[in-house]
Amino acid sequence: MMSIIGSWSPLGLGKNVFYSKSDLYSMHWADLVDLSKVNIAAASYGGPIAIRRDDSKITKIQGSTKKVIFIFSAAGQKISQFVWNSGCVIEFSWSSTEDLLCVQDDGQVLVYDIFGTFKRVFSMGQEAKDTGIIECRFFTTSLGTGLAVLTKSYRIFVVNSVENPTIRRLAEIPGLNAPPSSWTVFNLERQTRAIVAKNADIFLLNQGGQCQDQYPAFTQAGQFITEMAVSVNNKHLALFTSSGTLWIGSSDMQTCDCEFDTKCLQRPQQLMWCGTEAVVAYWDKLLLVIGSHKEFIHYAYHEPVYLVPEVDGIRILGQTLHELLQKVPESVMDVYRIGSMAVGAILMEAAREFENGSYKADEYIRMIKDSLEEAVKQCIEAAGNIYDNTATKENQKALLRAASFGKCFAVDMNADLFVNACQLIRVLNAIRDTPVGIPLTHTQLQSLTLRVLIDRLILRRHYPLAIRICEYLKIPDCEGASRILAHWACYKVQQVNIPEEQLATAITEKLGNTAGVSYAEIANKASDCGRTQLAIRLLDHEPRASEQVPLLMKINRDDVALTKAIESGDTDLVYTVILRLKQTLKTGEFLMSITRIPVAYSLYLQLCRQQNRELLMDMFYQTDNFHEEAHCYIYNSYQQKSIDKRLADLQGAHDSFSKAKNDFMAKQVEDEMRLIRWQCEQERKSEKPYLDLSLQDTMTVLLKAGLNKQAEELRKDFKVPDKRFWWIKIMALADTGNWQELDKFSKSKKSPIGYEPFAEVCLKHQNVSEARNKYIPRISSENKVKFLVKLGLLEDAAEVAFQQKRDEELQYVLAHCSPLKPNLVAKINSLRSQLTAKK
Amino acid sequence: MFSHLSSGKLNFSILKESARRELLECLDRCVGTKALIWDDNLTGPFGLIAEYALLKEHDVTRMFPLKPGHLPQTTVQNVVFFCRPRLALMELIAENVLKEEAGAGSKKEFHVFFVPRKTLLCERKLKELGVYGTFATIDDYSLEMYPYDSDLLSMEMEDSFKDCTLYEDYTSLYDCAKALMTVQALYGVIPYIHGKGQHAKHVCDMVLRMRLELGGTEVQIVPQIDSLLLLDRSVDLLTPLATQLTYEGLIDEIFGINHTIVQLPPEKFASSSEAQGGASAFSTELRKIVLNSGEELYAEIRDKNFNAVGQVLSRKAKAISAQFEERHGAKTVGEIKKFVSKLPYIQAAKESLGNHTSIAELVKEVTDSSEFVGCLHTQQEFMNGVDTDKVHPYVEDCISKQDPLTKVLRLLCMQCAANNGFKPKVMEFYKQEIIQTYGFQHAITLNNLEKAGLLRVQGNKTYPALRKGLRLIVEDVSEQNPTDASYVYSGYAPVTVRLAQFLARPGQGWRSVENVMDLIPGPKIEVAQEIPAGLKKKRRLTLDNL
Repeated sequence: MMSIIGSWSPLGLGKNVFYSKSDLYSMHWADLVDLSKVNIAAASYGGPIAIRRDDSKITKIQGSTKKVIFIFSAAGQKISQFVWNSGCVIEFSWSSTEDLLCVQDDGQVLVYDIFGTFKRVFSMGQEAKDTGIIECRFFTTSLGTGLAVLTKSYRIFVVNSVENPTIRRLAEIPGLNAPPSSWTVFNLERQTRAIVAKNADIFLLNQGGQCQDQYPAFTQAGQFITEMAVSVNNKHLALFTSSGTLWIGSSDMQTCDCEFDTKCLQRPQQLMWCGTEAVVAYWDKLLLVIGSHKEFIHYAYHEPVYLVPEVDGIRILGQTLHELLQKVPESVMDVYRIGSMAVGAILMEAAREFENGSYKADEYIRMIKDSLEEAVKQCIEAAGNIYDNTATKENQKALLRAASFGKCFAVDMNADLFVNACQLIRVLNAIRDTPVGIPLTHTQLQSLTLRVLIDRLILRRHYPLAIRICEYLKIPDCEGASRILAHWACYKVQQVNIPEEQLATAITEKLGNTAGVSYAEIANKASDCGRTQLAIRLLDHEPRASEQVPLLMKINRDDVALTKAIESGDTDLVYTVILRLKQTLKTGEFLMSITRIPVAYSLYLQLCRQQNRELLMDMFYQTDNFHEEAHCYIYNSYQQKSIDKRLADLQGAHDSFSKAKNDFMAKQVEDEMRLIRWQCEQERKSEKPYLDLSLQDTMTVLLKAGLNKQAEELRKDFKVPDKRFWWIKIMALADTGNWQELDKFSKSKKSPIGYEPFAEVCLKHQNVSEARNKYIPRISSENKVKFLVKLGLLEDAAEVAFQQKRDEELQYVLAHCSPLKPNLVAKINSLRSQLTAKK
Repeated sequence: MFSHLSSGKLNFSILKESARRELLECLDRCVGTKALIWDDNLTGPFGLIAEYALLKEHDVTRMFPLKPGHLPQTTVQNVVFFCRPRLALMELIAENVLKEEAGAGSKKEFHVFFVPRKTLLCERKLKELGVYGTFATIDDYSLEMYPYDSDLLSMEMEDSFKDCTLYEDYTSLYDCAKALMTVQALYGVIPYIHGKGQHAKHVCDMVLRMRLELGGTEVQIVPQIDSLLLLDRSVDLLTPLATQLTYEGLIDEIFGINHTIVQLPPEKFASSSEAQGGASAFSTELRKIVLNSGEELYAEIRDKNFNAVGQVLSRKAKAISAQFEERHGAKTVGEIKKFVSKLPYIQAAKESLGNHTSIAELVKEVTDSSEFVGCLHTQQEFMNGVDTDKVHPYVEDCISKQDPLTKVLRLLCMQCAANNGFKPKVMEFYKQEIIQTYGFQHAITLNNLEKAGLLRVQGNKTYPALRKGLRLIVEDVSEQNPTDASYVYSGYAPVTVRLAQFLARPGQGWRSVENVMDLIPGPKIEVAQEIPAGLKKKRRLTLDNL
């Protein structure tokens, strides 16, 4: 316990504000780095550290004249190094995506990843290139990392995101003819602003091209501003003047918290905010923490150090040391402060006594029994916030043990808080571990978000750890494990020294059928690296055909693409490949390859059917499909205007049917051709239209016109069955009202269809008497009653039914009797009773 | 207006709401006043999703059907096409657009939305026709299913059977699989999939594959559907040929129900239009009636055998007049108030009863005709397997009398299905009769029927075994108070219905009819989809709570 409080220093007296220093790592870069002779760029959120020789501090790195840039983890372990052979770098820094940005004096910005691999370059514009750059500033925006450069013509150009650099020029400062005495850039409320000091004058420049004079309240006017710093949240500003005064206030310079006399005229080497409540100034081996009420803490170092700002404090890098300086979080202070009566502190005490087996544990618990939940929460929070770098993690453990102990008494308390805290602490400890070396505090992780942390682990190729964290925190596979594995695989395919076969096996074994892994993406990477075979093998595992097929076509494996498209069932995808094949192959080859695959063939036919019927027929011809070809001919014959062409098409159909050995249809086509010729002939003779009528209709027209001979001729020629012919004739005669002829016809010979049809046509034309007198007597007895009823001859029907002694038919008649005819109903009923009496 | 959608076991309003939302998003992407140009096949189904008033709220001022030639004159800022991805329609759209552009000073913006999704072919066609670049928007409106009723969704793809069986173009099956994915996204993964037939298998395979493609990104919903049954039409080609005998079925047979709307001759409805105002009583316009389960009476009688409908209607009539009589009993002010409050309900019930009595009369006129009775008699003979192997005299007469071709072909195909194909001689006789009577162009019709398997030369006689094994024919079914599904065809139950019934038998499923299953063409599907442990229902899943 003492070890914790031992590192605390109070800021001001009796204010309960403490700043603590925690050891993060002891650095092992001593033999590679001499901090006094290098430039350092360290990324916030415990990111990587880049180091290059400082040309101004002239020294020679032994044996080598080449400039080398080293990249270390925050724990001081070397990640990579690379030889710098481009232009003159004036400044370098890390972007929010952990890319190393190296700004050259000609305005070119070279971007490298943490493994020293060159990624891209962008320029800060023509003017920067022409005049050159004096200085630059990096700042954070909602879009990522921004960059501002000051050209030798004293103009400032900014980009708001280095990912997507759009260059903007800020307003000019009137009368600026020497470099400003100090300047800085920050982004507040989506507006990028620059504060520029021209000796004692301060200007605020914004994106809109405005330049405003600023007059922050100084007790002593006319001091030159030699250094300035904006807090991480962009709301606070610190100004250092030529007379050694430190002005602390808001970033809009409207309010001033205090002016502090540092008694040092030399401007600090580094000036920055530690959190939001204190400013840190560093001179040679001397560190001053200044609060907003002129309180201060003073630290001395034995070696030169370098400061890195964080959201909740600063990190201090030295030749051997790496410390975190932060305001002691409230929860930690509550629990650990000497003489603290906070409930969390008492719970700690209770837990300790409980472990010692002392009855006092009970007393302590009783003291806080009304606020147990709060006590537990305090301990949990403190456990999360405390930076416990000892191997045993005794402080975290003690706090969690106390929380767990207290939780036993707080019956209704939700356990999620505790469980989540334990999980998060475990993750934090894992990433702080030296081999990984990301010294995040709890607050920093919250601000960074877990997703970005996972991204950063992926970036450092800590794939197994990233996956274990995702699995441990039960992050859905598609955002967690699958995504990480996909990155791993993409990294893997770039390792050209490993044989493709081996790589494919390694990747598929590891990834298996993990849901949400995009094999297409990995294959695309492989294909970009020129490893086609690997790409094909990987694509085999891609479940989404819509991803698979285009890539297969890209690497010219159209045959495989077609198979995969067909497997997916997505016909649009199949068409994509078919049309591509049609474009790339010669006609013959195309036909060959497409006819081999039935699904593709059918779809292509379908396309032809809608677009090009000639091609359709050609396809049938090519594949000896005579049956379909014949039907195409028939179809075409109906599109023709001239009879000759129509007959020619029908002839084609006839020949195709013959080839298909379909004699029946060949005969039908023949008949049709004969019919057409006959109709033409008839048209010429009679000047009446016959064409396009069916055989039956033709005969009907003839019979109606009394051309019995011709109808008879057709009947014989086309072998129309007797039954149907009788029907045609009966209907034709009835339709023309030729009752006499109908009667004659009925007597010409025995009807093959009975005499019901005669009665039926009479009925249709409401010729009741004709039916009653001529045909009813001749129709079969079982149908007689039904027809009489249909004709409305109910009395006759009843008589017939009675004669035939059929009671059910009498009932049938009765059912059709209107109740308005009581006489008839009575009669039928009496007939029925007579019938039953007889039985 | 759509309340009937949420009354079933699954709440289809969810589906409809999501479709509506997407439609409005599409419309809102075209800023300003709009004229909508509809592919004719979409207008009907779209009425089930959004009413005109809603479209109006989103600046739709005019609506036209998609036609060749000039667009009608309008002053709108946007012309929005909604169409299915058909190449023929692209030509119409292109013609419309080009003619409009040629007109002087046209400043209209063009948009096209494909339902349910755009295809490469259509986009290429638009490019070929030189209008692709003219469109400000070319996108999908992924409306796959139209909610018809609380228990019915339709994809409205009338060409599906044709495309699949005649041309082996399975695009519609892909759409079907997509739609099932939508269903699963809205109502959870369906634990069990059963099915029968080649196409059903294809759909099932695609659904499983699409789930795989989704990877871990599936929406996590507790399954609301226990089981999915996929059946090919080819499993039962006989039933759709038979005349439907339920009330709704007969209305459809006689007048045609399209998108839940039937249009009827107005004469019978004079009384109700008098109530609206004398003038319309003389109108000769067809009367439109919406038929869905939102109407209490219709919900009760729609699925009854028509012979049982009369009874219900007369019972209802008595009930309503009894309710009216209650007014005499109402003495106190309170009682009268109570009666008055019931009046609108009684009025609505009365109007509904009036409508359906009129419809039933119209239907009865047809069902009493000797043609109807004769045709039905023949159909039932076929279903029973009587006289199916020879040329049937009734069918022959129908051809001779030149009855409507559809009627003849239905009977013919039914006979063929019941006989498992015709002897070559019988087949050729029928074919020749049809060609000679109805014209040679029907050589193509007959060829298509053959390709679809509706007409064929005799194969194995499986229908008798199927009829027995699945108990398709039930002699003594009551039409009034049915205890068996066979009442719908007065003594015949469709194979598809029997398959569903057997599948739903607890503990047995299709195992009890395995032999019969083999008689039905196509593979059998039995798939269990894995459900994440957290989403499984607590109670034991049995198929009888389908």
